[in-house]
Parts: sequence; C-alpha cells; structure tokens
Amino acid sequence: MKFGIVVFPGTWSDMDCYHVVTDVFDQPAEYVWHQETDLSAYDCVILPGGFSYGDYLRPGAIARFSPVMRAVERFADRGGLVLGICNGFQVLCEAGLLPGVLMRNVHQQYRCQWVHMRVESSSSPFSRAAAPGQVVRIPIGHGEGSYYADSSTLAELERGDRVLFRYCSEDGEVNDAANPNGSLGNIAGITSSAGNVLGMMPHPERCCEALVGGEDGKAIFESLLRSVVV
Amino acid sequence: MAVSKRTLDELAISEREYEAIVERLGREPNQLELGMFGSLWSEHCGYKHSKPLLRMLAVDSPRQLVGPGEENAGVVDIGDGLAIVMKIESHNHPSAIEPYQGAATGVGGIVRDIFAMGARPIALLNSLRFGPLTEQRNRRLFGGVVAGISGYGNCIGIPDVGGEISFSPSYSENPLVNAMCVGVVERDRLVRATTGGPGNLLMLVGADTGRDGIHGASGLASRTFEDERELRPTVQVGNPFLEKILIEACLEVAGTDHIAGIQDLGAAGLASACVEAAENGGCGMELDVSLVPRREAGMSPYEVMLSESQERMLVLVKVGHEEEVKRIFDRWGLESNVIGRATGDGIARIYEGDTLKGELPVGLLTDAPLYRLKGVRPDWLDATEAYDLEGVPLPSQSPSSVLLRLLASPNVASKESVFRQYDHQVQTDTVTGPGADAAVLRIKGVSKGIALTTDGNGRYCHLAPYVGGMIAVAEACRNLSSAGAEPIALTDCLNFGNPERADVYYQMEECIKGIAQASKALGAPVVSGNVSLYNETRGAAVYPTAVIGALGLFEDVTRHATPAFREAGDLVLLLGAEEVRGDAASMAGAEYLELVHGLVAGVPSIDLDREQAVQRACRRAVTEGVVKSAHDCSEGGLAVALAECCIAGGLGFRGTFPISGRWDAALFGEDQSRIVVSVSPEYRARLEGICREEGAGWALLGEVGGDSLSVAGHLEVTVREMAEAWHGGLERQAAGQAG
Repeated sequence: MKFGIVVFPGTWSDMDCYHVVTDVFDQPAEYVWHQETDLSAYDCVILPGGFSYGDYLRPGAIARFSPVMRAVERFADRGGLVLGICNGFQVLCEAGLLPGVLMRNVHQQYRCQWVHMRVESSSSPFSRAAAPGQVVRIPIGHGEGSYYADSSTLAELERGDRVLFRYCSEDGEVNDAANPNGSLGNIAGITSSAGNVLGMMPHPERCCEALVGGEDGKAIFESLLRSVVV
Repeated sequence: MAVSKRTLDELAISEREYEAIVERLGREPNQLELGMFGSLWSEHCGYKHSKPLLRMLAVDSPRQLVGPGEENAGVVDIGDGLAIVMKIESHNHPSAIEPYQGAATGVGGIVRDIFAMGARPIALLNSLRFGPLTEQRNRRLFGGVVAGISGYGNCIGIPDVGGEISFSPSYSENPLVNAMCVGVVERDRLVRATTGGPGNLLMLVGADTGRDGIHGASGLASRTFEDERELRPTVQVGNPFLEKILIEACLEVAGTDHIAGIQDLGAAGLASACVEAAENGGCGMELDVSLVPRREAGMSPYEVMLSESQERMLVLVKVGHEEEVKRIFDRWGLESNVIGRATGDGIARIYEGDTLKGELPVGLLTDAPLYRLKGVRPDWLDATEAYDLEGVPLPSQSPSSVLLRLLASPNVASKESVFRQYDHQVQTDTVTGPGADAAVLRIKGVSKGIALTTDGNGRYCHLAPYVGGMIAVAEACRNLSSAGAEPIALTDCLNFGNPERADVYYQMEECIKGIAQASKALGAPVVSGNVSLYNETRGAAVYPTAVIGALGLFEDVTRHATPAFREAGDLVLLLGAEEVRGDAASMAGAEYLELVHGLVAGVPSIDLDREQAVQRACRRAVTEGVVKSAHDCSEGGLAVALAECCIAGGLGFRGTFPISGRWDAALFGEDQSRIVVSVSPEYRARLEGICREEGAGWALLGEVGGDSLSVAGHLEVTVREMAEAWHGGLERQAAGQAG
C-alpha cells in the first residue's frame, strides 16, 4: 500500500508519519510537496500535523488554497483514503472535505498529553482492525482542537456513524473530565459522508512503538492496510 | 575625544576601551565602526570579563569534536558516525522586559545555533527561575515566559523534553530564562561558521532586516538596566513559522557541497555574524548594506549592521554555487540575497552602494580586551557560614505535615501544568518525557539513545560558590546516571550579577572553578556555554546561578530507568549512604530550611569520590537490568524523593530504616550523592555486589507496597494525599491562590 505524505511549509509530523509507515509497517511512502497536483500514485494520502503556513489567520485557512489540496479533493472524490492528523484535520475542515471547525482549546492553552479515545465503529476503513468500543491510549498535541459544528451537522454525523473517535476515560466512559479541549460530544475524529476521509486530532503516529510509550495507534494503520486489496 | 560619554555609555564602551580603539586603529572610528566595536567587544559577544575564567573549563576529551567558544555550539562524538551538537543560552534580560517575546526569541536563537552546524535539532530544554508567585508581577512574568516558549517551540516541531523551574525572591526583578537545544548530525556533515577561502559569498537568508533589537548585545545584555520602558524597542519579535522553514531549508543546503559554512545571526546581527565567519575562515570580508532587504525605509548602515531582527541566517556559499543554493531557498519560499564576499586581506569593509562606510581589521574586532579582576569574598558569607544549624529548632509540625508542605511548594511540586503546554513528543523519539530526573530519547536507526537534563541551584552557589558549582555538575550528571546514561558532555549557562563588582566576580570565579573541578572528576567536559552577566536591578544581584545542561549516552536505550516504583514487594535501597543520618549540616541551603524556617544558611558540601562511585554503581545497576527504578535525592531530601517514587508509580512504601540524629535533617536534609532505587528481592545480592565493586555505600530503606508512605515512628501519608499536594501545588500558586 503506497502512502503519500503531504508537506506544507510548517508541517512537522511528516517525518513521524513517514517513519511509522516505512519502518514500523514496511510500506512504501513518499513526501508530497504542497505544490504538487498529482496524487494518482498513492493508495492513501496523509495530511500530517504541524503549523501549515504558520497557521496564521486560522489553522488550515491558508493551506486549503495550496495546489495539493485541489488534488486531495479529486483524490477523495475518487474514493482514495485520506487521513488528516491534527493540523491535517484542521486543513480538511477548512477545505470543506469534512464538516465543522477546530476552535481554540477551551482552556486557551496548548496541550501535549496522553488521552484515551473510544473507537465508536469498526466498519470504517480507518478502524476495522479495532473492536467497537475499544479504548485507545494516544497522545494529543494541539492548541486548537476543540471540535465545533452546528446542531444539524452534529446530528447528521451521529446518524451516519461518522463520529469515529471520542475522548473518554481509561475505562471507556465519555465524560467532561476526559475531554481535553472542549470538543462538542467529546469528538476526537470524524469521517466524510463517503467514509474514505478521516480527520482526527490525536496523533496515531506517536504511539506505534512501545519504546516511545505505546502501540495503540497501530490499530489505525493496520485498518488501512486491511482496507486495500493489493 | 570625538564622541560623547553618553554615546559610549549607550554602547557600553568604557573611555579606556575607546582610547585603545583609537590607538590600535590609528584614528578615530566613525559612528558605524564604533557601533561594531560596541557590539563585538560587548560582554555578550566578546566575553571580556568571563573568558579568562572560562579557560579553566578547557579539557581534552576524546569525544569532544568542538569545544567551548570555538563555534556556535559544542559537539561530541557518540559513535556510529554520529555527533551530538548542544548549547544552552540565556535570554534573561529580554524576558524581564517582554516575557512572551523574550522567551520565544530565546528558543529561536538557541535553535539557530544548532542547525547552523548542520545538525537537526531534536530536543529543547528550559531552565527557568522566577520570583515568588505570591507577587502578581512574578505571575505575569512566569505566565508570559511559559506561553512564549510554548507558542514558539510548538510551532517549530522540536520536542521540549524537560528542564527545571524554580522560585526565589532573589529572581523577583530579574527572571532567568535559559534555553538549551540539542541536535544530531552525521559526523562528517558537520558545518562550521566559516567563510572558507576568499571569494566565497555571503548570502543572507530569511527575514527582512528591521530596526528591532539594535544594541541588544551591548545594551541589554551587557549592563544593568534601571528603567525597563526605555529598552522595550530593543526586544525582538519572533516568527516561529519562518524559523521552521529556515531549519528545513538550511539543513537541505547543509546536505549539499555548495557551501563553506553557516552562521546564525544572533547578538549584534550582521556585524558579528560576518566578522566571526571571516575570522574563522582567516579572511577579510566586504558587504554592501544596500543589498540587505529591509523591513522599513530609511535605515542607516549602522542600523542594518547592528539590527537583531530574528530568523536570519548567513550562508557562506562557495563561489560559483550561488544559483544552486538560491534554488533551494526559493523552493522553501525564503528570501536569499548575496550581500558580500570573503576577501583575502583580513579587513572588514562595509559599503552602501559604492560608498565605503566603514573599514576595520577583522582581527581587531574579534580581539576584545579581557579583564582579569580581583574577586573579593563577600562579607556576608561570614554570617551564613557561621550560622549554627544545630540551633535550628525542630518544627512544631509533624514530619507528615512538613512533607506535604514541601510537596506543594512550587520548587518541589509537579511542573506538569507547564510541561503539558510544550509539545514533548513530536519527532517520536521521546522515551521519557519531562518530569523525571532526565529526559530520554532514542536515536532512530541505532540502538543508542541519549539522556538530557538541566540542573542548578542558586541557593547553593550563593552560600558556597565553589561547592555550588561542583554540585550543579554533580546533580546534573546524577540525573543522567539515575536514568542509566553515562554523562559525556556539559553545556553551562552562568547567570551572575555585575562582574565589575568584586564580590560578584568572586562568585563567578569560584563557581567556574567548582564546575571545572567536578567536570574533570566526572569525566564530562564542558563543550559549550553562555555567560549572562549584569543580572541585577537596583543594586541587588540575583543568586549566582550556574545552570548545567548535561548529555548522557546509552549504548542500548531500552536499558533505562525512571523514578516510578513498579511493583509491591520490591525492596527499596539508598545508594551512596550506609545509613539515614540526621546531620544538621545536611540542612545547609536546603529547600526545607528556607520553606519552614525562612533561613538560607549553612555551607553545602559534596565529596566527588563518593559521587563518582554512586553514579557508576547506579548506571551499572540500570544497564545490567538489576534495578527497576532509580531516582536522585535532591531538593527536599530523602522523604521527597521517596514520595516522588510513590506518586509516579501509584504505590506506597513501608520504611523500616532507623533514623539517627535530627529527624528533620534525616528526612529533608540535602546530603548529596544519593540515589533511591527499587529492586526485586532476588536481585538484592547482585545490587549489593555492584555497590561493593564500585565502592558505593548502600542502605536498605524498606519495601514498595501499601497505599501510603510510612516510615516507622515518623511518617504516615497516603499516596493520594501526597499526589494531591504535589500535582496541584504549582497551579494553585500560578493562579494566585495561597500555597
């Protein structure tokens, strides 16, 4: 399965994602410069974390206008798998590939810490290696990760089983204490209506090796590998 | 004399220095030339008061590839073809004036020192000192500095893995903000700050040049300041996005063979960057200020040369390769312009268009006068040294109450509320993040890893500068050894008052002697560093504060330890001592003594032989897989160390050890060279064997288990109570609530 990892000026999880894909999962990957327009060589495109274009104005607000985003749109339209992590999630929302917006954390501070999230469904190509209700221990690192959408959009997300991940306690309970940033409905990750685009604030690439704290993030990459018939 | 006293004062040049300039130059310098002298001969660039003392630190070490003062940062060989580049630097004065930008640009500056050498920055640490948070002004400085580090550091994708934060009234007007950065580079791709030979081109890359930060080196960092308002325009504003792009673009350029060197623009901007690169290349140089892109119109050559606008680098391009280099910067969307070239005659010439504006020998600019003053031992040491610690009454509170009070005090309490604002996991190499004795990082592609820490105790240096210097090194190395890593290099940030005062000079001299002594004894050379002087306001100097950043090496990074107790039934031993003795002397300079008795007194002490032995024993015990946890005893003494092991592991401890002498000194005294370890019972004999072989003492303290920390007849506190006090202590004070 071939991965394309998009690099905007200011992206900083690109090398982390590359490392996990190539060294942990032994899959081919290439960096995709923000000015490129052809993604046809890839099975999955990752929009990594960072501060694209400095996140001036609003996270992702400038990145959405870059040439590569038009290619990402076409790639998604044709059913390609798109995984937006952290800043990548913000860019996908700004670009309209996912609904809603990521606002400043309610406490106004950046948060880098381990959290738990519950996998709400295992029918997605991003979660089929996980069990429904499985609790994943995973790091976050963001200042603007408070998910917001209007009530009809939220209802639509819920109806379509598109809320894939929710912040929860260690034993899987979704409550305010387990919400690290004020996201509505403890939302940590959502998918597009067609299901092939995922945006998530936590960093699965930061927890694929026991040496650096945990391996729960592997479930997401393993799901992707199962999704593609090679 | 053609210049006024006022002009000289603004540049922090003495009349005697001015006369020396005129004599050596054979004429009066013009305004631009004088400004260049002011910057390059400043304390910040020229180290005129500290250099003679810093020579004491020089040692030969087989690992050292670049030593102190030679380059932008120190470099050590870690084998496998890899080298680690490291440096710590202060941004105290800018942070006192404008805490957010001061701290942010401090991070930016130290990071540029690292990637200028072709190394990818892999870790940041911060060592911070503030006045008590009970004062609103200090809370503002604390909040601003932390936000600045977080705002800048998180944007550039370098994990901030640790450091320390402490509080004392001594820093009320003058916080210490020291930032350390560490990078990794393939040994044979190391880049130097040199022009290379004549003809090579000076290419300025990055931000436009504005009027910000002029006289930052000579003014802010090189004298005492009274009225902060007048200095506000000299604090620069950072752009972390631009810095991130500069990192990537410069590393790409550094990987090619198109360049002779890279130099960052720090203190004294273009003036110092160009002159130092020319000096290193054995060259002269000429540049045309009209080729420097400006942020504002009407800037004079003087302003262009001395501007400290951030996020700029000087790339020394091999002649004929400028197109290739420019293409790389263009791709990253960075402005890059050739502004001059290296010449063969050793003269620095500054042009504006065709007009020559200044002409000075490079060798004269870099040959700042050095002052070896005579230090005088401060009188007040008589009183603190003679203080009768035996006469300190035992506290009226119970030992358990004292322990909870210490755990909640901002110096001991968890710094989690700060660390979680720093991204400490990006780059996915963080094995142990902030909060332990040392941060641990793996290095991808090899089995090796590194441990990093910063340590320093102003109170110790204040009471005994020589011993304080030794303890700073010993504690930093002990942090590494507790994690299981071998200390291999140090970087030091020396924060002192006005060196022209005999008592301050004495403190500096003694402290550096102590650092040199311990560095040799523990086998970790000082490879780089920074001196921050004039840390005082209205006549009162800060505590002399030597902060040591230390690098440790693991041959196999999977063999490391953390402080957390791991399993009920494990035995807990104290390495480095054969009993728990309550000597009044161990309360010298202790956190307990100041917190509970309001006293800063006594004479701290350390035995470097004992220190070496305990560190060797601990490292072996960790790397041979004998112990399950290890934690250095430092601020707050043995009781606090045990409490931290309990809190981190969520497990209790049952102490069975006898206490001789005073219980307060036994539990909270800060006797050096001790490490608390836990070991499963079947490994006890092996651990004792290691201690015997390494010449380290040991004592059995008790065993892990239960849900409280108990020491028969003295302590009985639940882990939950301790955790509550420790986790919330700093946040409560930062929010303005009473501790």
